[in-house]
Amino acid sequence: MTKSYRDLLREARAEIREVSTAEAELAAERGASLLDVREEAEWEQGHVTGARHISKSYIEQEIEALAPDHAAPIVLYCAGGIRSLFASQTLAGMGYTDVASMSGGFQAWKSEGRAWSQPTVLSADQKQRYSRHLLIPEVGAEGQARLLDSKALFIGAGGLGSPAMLYLAAAGVGTIGVVDFDVVDASNLQRQVIHRTDRIGVKKTVSATQTIAELNPDVRVVAHEEMLGEDNVERLIDGYDVIFDGTDTFETRYTLNDAAVRAGIPVVHASVFRFEGQLTVFKPHEGPCYRCLYPTPPPPELAPGCSVAGVLGVVPGVMGLLQATEGLKVLLDIGDSLSGRLLIYDALDGAFSELQLQRDPRCPACGDGEVTTPAGEGVFTLPTTPATTTGVNA
Amino acid sequence: MTAVRIPPVLRAQAGNQKKVEVAGATVGEALDSLLDQYPGLREQILTEDGSLNRFVNVYVNGRDVRYEQELATPVGGQDEVILLPAMAGGR
Repeated sequence: MTKSYRDLLREARAEIREVSTAEAELAAERGASLLDVREEAEWEQGHVTGARHISKSYIEQEIEALAPDHAAPIVLYCAGGIRSLFASQTLAGMGYTDVASMSGGFQAWKSEGRAWSQPTVLSADQKQRYSRHLLIPEVGAEGQARLLDSKALFIGAGGLGSPAMLYLAAAGVGTIGVVDFDVVDASNLQRQVIHRTDRIGVKKTVSATQTIAELNPDVRVVAHEEMLGEDNVERLIDGYDVIFDGTDTFETRYTLNDAAVRAGIPVVHASVFRFEGQLTVFKPHEGPCYRCLYPTPPPPELAPGCSVAGVLGVVPGVMGLLQATEGLKVLLDIGDSLSGRLLIYDALDGAFSELQLQRDPRCPACGDGEVTTPAGEGVFTLPTTPATTTGVNA
Repeated sequence: MTAVRIPPVLRAQAGNQKKVEVAGATVGEALDSLLDQYPGLREQILTEDGSLNRFVNVYVNGRDVRYEQELATPVGGQDEVILLPAMAGGR
């Protein structure tokens, strides 16, 4: 016995629940997944905001990665409502129990003025270059486009900044800012892998720009050949999505911290000493800031830097790459960041350990005016204290 | 006895040891025991009036004692005390 297209359509309509665009919008607000089953070229022309995409021809292969829970509500749509009906049948056949097809499809959705967006389209070269990212559901084309639109600022193109910058450039973070006023020295090359022997004496910003340009032409490097200070910090950090702290003086670190808190920009912080490194993320008002951790700097004679104490070259390499990892997580908004946690790496022991960091409600940089009285006496709020105060520069 | 982990920046003043066993039932007593053994650490850790320097944090089993009972935080047995001064080095 043969079946016509009309027979198949009638069977599908009998089996699958159809919903209107308004009902689909409501379902999405209540947590249902919207799944676009059109071809990739159609998706790239524009799609329902917040929808995910699997072409109908790949739906059997890819749906379980996207929707592992077979009982979760899913609304499928295509251009006009026919392909999504047949794709819904496939999902029902796989045991998905709460599947609906949106009648009228994207055409109706768009003509009714409901929210849709056009994704940043990756070029053929970019699809090839970032193919391993595109395979990861947490990154994908959307995440990669987000990275290409992102701006990361490095304070220092040194031991921590070098490896972190190389990997962020490789990952396709579209804009990389570098604040450094130094020139490449022979003693840098043991760990500052973005520089080269034939660039000794060349400005670090110039050297870093050259290496990144050779690695990935998608990345624009913005060189800030100046020393970060109170007078320029706001201008330097303006517009960046994340900041990598590779500073080597306390003065710079406090200046950066206070300005980043005021601007609401997360700072991925690391420091190294001989065989050890520390790492955390300072997310303004979500977790502690550097001043919560250390309200005042130590006197200079009690805190030697690398130039005095020395460092095993790979240690800033390890810590810089952990910084890069945390930075990508911040940019992609995935995973659990190290905000509120300090990770310590001991290279000689081959061990990582973790400490809990607390936000100080009385912090002069990020405190929210809530002052905790000694135990047992309760908490009160100072109503006149502003949410962010300019930090006391210690 | 409680183990106090000495951070790399302070090891020169602590006989180049990574861990020092100390006596005492509180963080304050444990630090006194440590400073008796290594007096050179004193100015790094305590102020002249005997409270903790603000550029050094002390953790007991991963928790900051400032949010516990400060120097009165009890220690003993398997507890691990970690000293964590602010570190400068980035480059």
